[in-house]
Amino acid sequence: MSILVNKSTKVLVQGFTGSQATLHSEQSINYGTNIIGGVTPGKGGTEHLGKPVFNSVAESMELQPNAALIFVPAAFCKDSILEAAEQGIPLIICITEGVPTMDMLVVKNKIDQLGITLIGPNCPGIITPDEAKLGIMPGDIHKKGRIGIISRSGTLTYEAVKQTTDLGLGQSSCVGIGGDPIPGSSFIDMLALFNDDPDTDAIIMVGEIGGNAEEEAAKYISNHVNKPVISYIAGQTAPSGKRMGHAGAIIAGGKGTAEDKMKTLQSAGVHVVDNLLEIGIRTQQVLD
Amino acid sequence: MNLHEYQAKQIFADHNLPVSKNFLVTNSKEVKKAFNVIGGDKWVMKTQVHAGGRGKVGGVKLIDNIEDGIKFTNQWIGKRLISKQTDEKGQPVSVVMVEPCIEIEKELYLSAVVDRSAKAISIIASGEGGVNIEEVAETNPEKIFYEKIDLIIGPQPYQARRLSEALHLDAQQSNEFWNLFKNLVKMFVDCDMSLVEINPLIITSEGHLHCLDAKVNLDSNALFRQSNLANMRDLSQEDPQECEASNHDLSYVSLDGNIGCMVNGAGLAMGTMDTIKFYGGEPANFLDVGGAATKERVAKAFKIILNDPKVKVILVNIFGGIVRCDLIAEGIIAAVKETELVIPIVVRLEGNNSKLGSDMLQKSSLAIESDNDLENAAKKAILLAE
Repeated sequence: MSILVNKSTKVLVQGFTGSQATLHSEQSINYGTNIIGGVTPGKGGTEHLGKPVFNSVAESMELQPNAALIFVPAAFCKDSILEAAEQGIPLIICITEGVPTMDMLVVKNKIDQLGITLIGPNCPGIITPDEAKLGIMPGDIHKKGRIGIISRSGTLTYEAVKQTTDLGLGQSSCVGIGGDPIPGSSFIDMLALFNDDPDTDAIIMVGEIGGNAEEEAAKYISNHVNKPVISYIAGQTAPSGKRMGHAGAIIAGGKGTAEDKMKTLQSAGVHVVDNLLEIGIRTQQVLD
Repeated sequence: MNLHEYQAKQIFADHNLPVSKNFLVTNSKEVKKAFNVIGGDKWVMKTQVHAGGRGKVGGVKLIDNIEDGIKFTNQWIGKRLISKQTDEKGQPVSVVMVEPCIEIEKELYLSAVVDRSAKAISIIASGEGGVNIEEVAETNPEKIFYEKIDLIIGPQPYQARRLSEALHLDAQQSNEFWNLFKNLVKMFVDCDMSLVEINPLIITSEGHLHCLDAKVNLDSNALFRQSNLANMRDLSQEDPQECEASNHDLSYVSLDGNIGCMVNGAGLAMGTMDTIKFYGGEPANFLDVGGAATKERVAKAFKIILNDPKVKVILVNIFGGIVRCDLIAEGIIAAVKETELVIPIVVRLEGNNSKLGSDMLQKSSLAIESDNDLENAAKKAILLAE
């Protein structure tokens, strides 16, 4: 078991023939991911990476995809997400960085109405080690195991993955929910899935400054999560009022500091580490 | 992206929000004309900078004669305004806005923000205007009222009625408020704003609603479709280093320490700063060099970090995901040679081909210390910075 994706997930890539999509789709296929084809308007009927290309998501539905992986430029993400949602694809992953917030406000409300899961945008994607890789993460640092990882940051996810792999713990699934102010899925959505997954023993949650997703997660954890949660919050040294790379990583009006988040998580029973190098080791200690 | 008050008010006027007409002066010779155009016998002069707290340091003044207007202009144009909300250098003043003086009956507060947890636009109103709203939120949260706008439905009259009642507006003002409310939301959406703050929104002595101040932030991710607004960017108000970095698609924020950081990924860049601090050092900056750390980007990043004279050592922390660490090592070696780097550099490479990458760095005979353990690398950098 795992969450969201496994080796039977049938993946449709939107923006399939673009350079980023090509690079990462190729790696995903090599990893063993079941990519069934892709969409690039105007290139329908051709083949790419040995898979069929369609003009629209609707045309591709004959292959019954149950996940869409989006690599289109930021200006077209709203369109691509809504197109996949209209066809009822239950899981949509948007890798692209730089999607306007106003687009995401509409998209988020719409996909919630339709009951569709959106991961991202501005994220590395999802991986279930040895089964499926829907995203841009390096496959070879992962190892099949029993730790679930959720993170707002790409490279910090890789840090947590590497540490748990080196310790032999491995991962059940890893989800990058992305660094934007309005993400498709929250920490809570993923905590719920990992909590119900019989093959996940502990959950690592990597947060960062800005917003209050970690505080909301803390409340959820104390009420609903019965597995140990280990957390690291990036940006303890970040100044107020400055955007730290990610669109959502900003301390606004004194709100959203790492210190507040760490305190709130701690009082919710989360194992908070203040050094990112201790994520793996603390997870191991908690499980022993 | 931030706008000046005069720019925000121009957009307000374009969206039928009630603002005064204004006139901009950039030197004292224009004051007389400004006063004539605006008319009346009292004027408000406001320095235009990307920072609040102007009034408390004399950057906003009520003026009733031309001599004082000239004096105010000479006092500010070409100078820097330092307030509670600026750094110690302050923000440069190149424009002063002149507006008619308006008699105030009551000051209110109105703002619109992207509400991250409700996934909506939040309209925030209070009868306590002209003061720091964060303080009101702390001390008297019951005096602040919220309406959430669902973007699929849009703003509704009952929401405006609810706020009008909370603000104790009369029938005429409630009508004005509905117009203001829906035009505010339309402007917010059409212009891809992330924050609008009207503090104060006033009731004039004639009983009308009027936007006395205007603060606007735009969503930088949407500037590609807001070219008119993108053109309003005033680089003089931004940190020159951060501007230079953003022109090269590098994300940079300067800090007070002496250990320069170059990292791939925003989260790991913050994590690296935290790690330096954890082991007792002080980071000099946040810098996300991005996924494709090519020679050109690395060289540019080094130059930006080195513009800060406080930097005594550079810590490079790269997690090679899709990008191979040997290619990054190549980029670092070339960039060190090209920039004729004289300060020590400590490199931590992890991930794809990291062993090969560090071997290349060690063999390069440059002053590069390589350690693939982040704890060791951070400690080395801290030692070298002392």
